[in-house]
Amino acid sequence: MEEQLKLTRSQWFKVVVALAVVLAVSACGKKKAAPPPPPPPPSAPAPTASLTANPNALNAGQATTLIWKTDYATSVTIDQLGKVDPSGSSTVTPTESTTYHLLAKNDSGTQEATARVTVMPAPAPPPAVTSDETQAQMFAQNMKDVFFDYDSYDVTQQYQQVLAADARFLKQHPNMKFTVEGHCDERGSTEYNLALGDNRANSTKQALVSLGISGDRIRTISYGKEKPFCTESTEACWAQNRRAHFVYQR
Amino acid sequence: MKRYMAIQLTLFLLFAITGAFAQDWIRTGTGLGVEKIRLAAPDFKQVTTDSGTQNLAMTFNTTLSNDLQSAGIFDMVSRSFYPLSVPGAPQEVHLSDWGSPPPSANMLAFGNLGVQAGSLNVQGWLYDTKNPQSPQVLGKQYREAATDENARLVAHRFADEIIFRLGGGIHGIAETKLYFVSSRSGTKEIWQMDYDGANQKQLTHLGDIALSPHVSPDGSRVAFSGVTKDGWQILMYSLELGRLVNFTRFGGDNYSPAWSSDGQNIAFSSSRSGNTEIYTVSSSGGNAHRLTENKGPDVSPTWNPKTNAQIAWVSGRTGLPQIYTMASDGTNVGRATDQGYAVSPSWSPNGQFLAFAWVRHYGPGAPGASDIYVMDIASKQWVQLTHDGGRNDFPSWSPDGRHIVFQSNRTGKVQIWSMLADGSETRQLTTAGENSQPNWSFK
Repeated sequence: MEEQLKLTRSQWFKVVVALAVVLAVSACGKKKAAPPPPPPPPSAPAPTASLTANPNALNAGQATTLIWKTDYATSVTIDQLGKVDPSGSSTVTPTESTTYHLLAKNDSGTQEATARVTVMPAPAPPPAVTSDETQAQMFAQNMKDVFFDYDSYDVTQQYQQVLAADARFLKQHPNMKFTVEGHCDERGSTEYNLALGDNRANSTKQALVSLGISGDRIRTISYGKEKPFCTESTEACWAQNRRAHFVYQR
Repeated sequence: MKRYMAIQLTLFLLFAITGAFAQDWIRTGTGLGVEKIRLAAPDFKQVTTDSGTQNLAMTFNTTLSNDLQSAGIFDMVSRSFYPLSVPGAPQEVHLSDWGSPPPSANMLAFGNLGVQAGSLNVQGWLYDTKNPQSPQVLGKQYREAATDENARLVAHRFADEIIFRLGGGIHGIAETKLYFVSSRSGTKEIWQMDYDGANQKQLTHLGDIALSPHVSPDGSRVAFSGVTKDGWQILMYSLELGRLVNFTRFGGDNYSPAWSSDGQNIAFSSSRSGNTEIYTVSSSGGNAHRLTENKGPDVSPTWNPKTNAQIAWVSGRTGLPQIYTMASDGTNVGRATDQGYAVSPSWSPNGQFLAFAWVRHYGPGAPGASDIYVMDIASKQWVQLTHDGGRNDFPSWSPDGRHIVFQSNRTGKVQIWSMLADGSETRQLTTAGENSQPNWSFK
């Protein structure tokens, strides 16, 4: 039966008739009662097929065009694409080296064709993304924020030690750039808090510079009381918001 | 007329009330002891009677009445004292009915309005009830397309004419605008509204944080501070073009812009040197000068609009923020406040007073309310204007110097309020979302 399904359209009618006969007969008798299948149609020449990829070598993420041509085939499939037109082209973006395999069939036989696409291991960009992720994670895990007393922008003794640890981490990762965000609690006035936040960010930057970190790596911005970490009106919450926060700069 | 002109001059002069200082609150006022002009302003008569006219008349009458009431220089005659017949034109006026008790009005504002061929026609008069020989002080005609907006506009114009005549030649504020920050769209953006809270419109769409709007003296641009990829920058919104226009960007964070009253210069705070300091720059963005140099935060400058030769600002150089003054070249620094937490100065149009927000008794156990105060700069004597608790901040003077707009969270949310410069007649102007940092236009 599978063979019959590969028939051309003009031959379908005969098959359907034959099937109808089979069904009609089998309804009242056993298998043996089925008449022999109709004789195969006049044999066509065996199919021909070709498949090329252009380009056939590329970097990961790049695209290539598959071009194929077949003659006489009644069924054409490419493993990676499924059933395709007898002739055509398709753009593919393989992530690794791939051999594209084409199978052309007709009643008289099958023909295969292959095209090999070589994918070079991806150069810098993609790994850099992942490494940037890990850099950012590492930065967030190691760089401890500095907290301030009310209306103060002085880095206390306690946070000098925190900054010393931060500076050690930064020295181990000399390519990391980052922003110091100055934040304030919700008390006080909007504009004065912006200025106070700037002073917090800048005194933190200066402390890092005096610990040997280049100022070129450090940007500062104040968010005043505009972007609080904690929104309750409690001393615990306010203390959380009086800080210099480090943000990795991609 | 001269006696009315003179009355206004005493408006500011009652700050020197002895005993008000360092005492608990007693009610003082800029108008105490001054007889206000008693003004009757009956609804304008409708000369056409369709429903469109009725709606416009209601808008007009409400707006005019509100403008005159909030002007702060009138004792408005209660409607229940009005004579039975209200005039719509001069020939219908019986002056003695208005000048004698019970209304006892000194002045009568009246008129009529109608709609013809899509035009709103308004005639208005102001009569002196004590001068029957030649009572007319003012006669005005207005013709505008018949829209609600224009009914408000005409009412504002007529109110401003009356206030100008009876208020000692100082222009009224009914046509002025307020610029402010609103978060009702989801982010803090710059908004605009009429002085009475009507016509609230969103101007900016930064989608991040916009703060501290200050309109230029000619009303063409609004300078404000916004977060950009270069940190905080002074940004410029053109009211004529309806969009942002370029302004010079500086290093560090830059915020709290303030215009000199001649429109030539902008003072602002910048952290470009690593410390927040006050700078001035020309209104085209060039010629930047640093005025302050110290370790503490310096922010929120305001120019003396009378002379543009002085700047008041907030400095944390000695700890908690205090108000300071200096010459506009940075010399001659003086301190205005000496205790508590004092921020957000606004210099009065006549150059004499600073309005600011002050938590006067600051520290553990002290009442922590931030209130609006006005200080006479020469004597450093001050009066407290708000007493209603909550955090009151960012006062801004009206161009006539009789009003102050400010923000307050007294109702729970931060909203914008206005009051007379003696603290009376408080009105809430905004209700949607949270609204802050109001700035009153120069005209």
